[in-house]
Amino acid sequence: MPKDQGIGASSKRREDVRYLTGRGKYTDDITLQGQTYAVFVRSEVAHGIIKSIDTSAAAAMPGVLAIFTGDDFTETGGNPAGWAINNRDGTPMKEPKRPVLAHGKVRHVGDAYAAVVAETRAEAQAAAEAIEADIEELPAIISMADALANSDNRVHDEIDDNCCFDWGWIEDNREAVDAAIKAAPHVTTLELVNNRVSPNAMETRASIGEYDPGTGDYKLTTTSQNPHLTKLLIAVFVMGIPEHKLTVVAPDVGGGFGSKIFHYGEEALVLAAAKKLGRPVKWTATRSEAFLTDAHGRDHITKIELATEADGTFIAFRTDTMANMGAYLSNFSTATPTFLHGTLMAGNYRVPHVYVNVKAVFTNTVPVDAYRGAGRPEATFSIERVIDKCARDLGMDPVSIRRKNFIQPDQFPYTTPVALEYDTGDYDATMNKVLELADVAGFAARKAESEANGKLRGLGINSYIEACGIAPSNLVGQLGSRVGLYDAATVRVNPTGNISVMVGAHSHGQGHETSFAQVVADMIGIPEENIDIVHGDTSKIPFGMGTYGSRSLAVCGSAMVKATEKVIAKAKKVAAHLLEAGEGDIELSDGVFSVAGTDKTIEWGAVTLAAYVPHNYPLESLEPGLEETAFYDPNNFTYPAGAYACEVEVDPDTGKVEICAFTAADDFGNIINPMIVEGQVHGGIGQGIGQALLEHSVYDDSGQLLSGSYMDYAMPRASDLPNYTVDQSCQTPCTHNPLGVKGCGEAGAIGSPPAVVNAVVDALSGMGVTHIDMPLTPNRVWSAIQAAK
Amino acid sequence: MTNVSMTVNGKAVNGEVEGRTLLVDFLRESLHLTGTHIGCDTSQCGACTVHVNGKMVKSCTMLAVEADGGEVSTIEGMANEDGSLGVIQAAFQEHHGLQCGFCTPGMVMAASALLEANKNPTEAEIRHHLDGNICRCTGYHNIVKSIQAAASALS
Repeated sequence: MPKDQGIGASSKRREDVRYLTGRGKYTDDITLQGQTYAVFVRSEVAHGIIKSIDTSAAAAMPGVLAIFTGDDFTETGGNPAGWAINNRDGTPMKEPKRPVLAHGKVRHVGDAYAAVVAETRAEAQAAAEAIEADIEELPAIISMADALANSDNRVHDEIDDNCCFDWGWIEDNREAVDAAIKAAPHVTTLELVNNRVSPNAMETRASIGEYDPGTGDYKLTTTSQNPHLTKLLIAVFVMGIPEHKLTVVAPDVGGGFGSKIFHYGEEALVLAAAKKLGRPVKWTATRSEAFLTDAHGRDHITKIELATEADGTFIAFRTDTMANMGAYLSNFSTATPTFLHGTLMAGNYRVPHVYVNVKAVFTNTVPVDAYRGAGRPEATFSIERVIDKCARDLGMDPVSIRRKNFIQPDQFPYTTPVALEYDTGDYDATMNKVLELADVAGFAARKAESEANGKLRGLGINSYIEACGIAPSNLVGQLGSRVGLYDAATVRVNPTGNISVMVGAHSHGQGHETSFAQVVADMIGIPEENIDIVHGDTSKIPFGMGTYGSRSLAVCGSAMVKATEKVIAKAKKVAAHLLEAGEGDIELSDGVFSVAGTDKTIEWGAVTLAAYVPHNYPLESLEPGLEETAFYDPNNFTYPAGAYACEVEVDPDTGKVEICAFTAADDFGNIINPMIVEGQVHGGIGQGIGQALLEHSVYDDSGQLLSGSYMDYAMPRASDLPNYTVDQSCQTPCTHNPLGVKGCGEAGAIGSPPAVVNAVVDALSGMGVTHIDMPLTPNRVWSAIQAAK
Repeated sequence: MTNVSMTVNGKAVNGEVEGRTLLVDFLRESLHLTGTHIGCDTSQCGACTVHVNGKMVKSCTMLAVEADGGEVSTIEGMANEDGSLGVIQAAFQEHHGLQCGFCTPGMVMAASALLEANKNPTEAEIRHHLDGNICRCTGYHNIVKSIQAAASALS
């Protein structure tokens, strides 16, 4: 019977009350006394030399308080990449400076080269339009292949081949993989594009800078998934503010999907402007600015080869990928196509040989970085598409070729040739579950019915695995990460026994305020409503690395469990004293301490009160108070895995794809709040279907973003998406974190794109269609049908 | 500047606005009703959805002066008089019809308008009605479920 509280209960989300009544407090909802407004002046060309910027007319306009250009930040540090990647030959990657405001050159449409601060937003906007810049336009570098081939045209003058790095994983395996593929009886090759998409959190980015001349304290309120990292980057790398003089607050944040992990120049600008003016400075992005400046996602071009025995036994995967970096390196951009992608290229399979080559390319486009899944969707898409093609080549069905090669439950822990150690899993279990829930047995009859109606029906089935719960610091340190990826929590028990938990994870839709409270409530045995989760304020929280990479529960939740265990251990000492018993005899159950084997008890609240009013307390051996902090550094990633099935109907006359059913069977290990987990999967699938069928960030040859508004960028609408059948009943708990949990936030976006494309290709396979690049718009599908005729 | 007067959530309000001031900016900046959100600049996303004289309106698409003398309802007026969640709001919480909460006020206002006009909408009618309201978090499944549940609860 489902519980109504604690771990395993679908507790209703407490944060919903404020969101549903209009009382959420997002950054742009905040208005401070004396607040001023910043507006940025952005490049209209993709690539150009800034010859001069004339701000005189703008400076004389009503309400204008200050104008900034790149000249004001030449002494300021650059916004750094968080991971240092080495080339195949061991030399370091190229790492151009990313300034607060463009200086010397503009490198993408939307690159900010000036900012105006004025009394009102309208005055700032009017003055921004009066700034006259003489920018000599240069040819735009848009295509990655052209960028690598043409050394005369450079995004950064000092990088002659526009190549950030040429990375091999694992380079020492390269020759063995080449030899294995050469000797293999069968090789299937697929060239594919993982399309560029815009994250499109519904709340655009916004920031408010404050400076107190009396104390020298700065405060940044900003739309961040990761306030401590933003603080670290601004304080230490960009602005040189002592860390104890900067507070970063991320209040309610309206979605992130990766795009709000990163530090952006606008955050430094509002702080610098606040210091100059001694007044708060607010900036809120328009949606147009969001398209032009939020880090985009994906944008890989890949050739993948799968070598097999004649019976479909996998021998080797080899991939050759170009990954778009855009014009500058965003914070996680270098990790995304490498250690979040190359390490996943064994998939769920026993495959002895894997080699991944990634060339990261600078272009005159907005920076590309982690977007829901970050590298793992790209890996999964390549693997699961080429397996489908291979199955067709060999005359096998897509399920049996996968089953034949699955890592088996008794083989865990399993070390892959690309350096991950999967702790646990059961891939046949999720495959069986999805086949049952999707009624695959009934597909042939449904296909016949579609055909009778002049439609083509297809079924796509695939597995996925991902590595999340990012990440073991010692491992990622060896791989080039410049930060640790632990997390932290403080459990503060108040005198009457209710609890404030300060966590380094940041909730921007994930429901931590509810699910994290469930865990602590369960451990102590007190009601969830007696526990508050505090997040998003660096002045309140010990430290934290934020929320991304499906890490919050697995990493920060583990820190919270450790801190709660420390609290309970101390409370047991107090209880032992009060009950005049040995500490080892004290048990805690349902919020009551008891002495084992006796009827002596004392309630949680009486013990916590004694800790703060220590009149009868072992002061000689124990400090008063009840508050504990723990940092937790995971010793491995977690490995959610599953199987997805998508059933589509294609109209051969129009190329329109209708998703008839979408089914997901995920193994997330133990689950805290099933309702929230299902919601995470729904959202991930929605974004995955969006990428597969609708979404595409398109640049023309001159570097103009053609998909720069909701008129042009096809965001999935309610009528574009189906209902989803999701299941999380196959559970192999994580073996190395205290809750046995795996990340669930990205799985839907990782597993779903290949399911959709496999389904459409299946529908058209009778015509000889073997691949269509995403997004599978009616035009692309219709064109593929025509080409096959 | 022009003086505008209107009723917002049953309360008479007035203020000075420029001719170009949008209704959404009047609500957010003059009345501090920040539950109505701005998610785009092309009247596509629906985060700013309110009701004006009983009709669903994207408040970024209407000038404040156009609402002069009108009756406006926003998310802040959707709870019961005792402060508890109204039927549609409660259904969204019960069925996890929201995650980050940013599109939610617009979704609730859109759902309310739909259920005023159509007490028993089909799933397809709900999805069609929501085409002007974009959500990035939920994949819409639970929003649709919430509205279906609200329809049942109201009938």
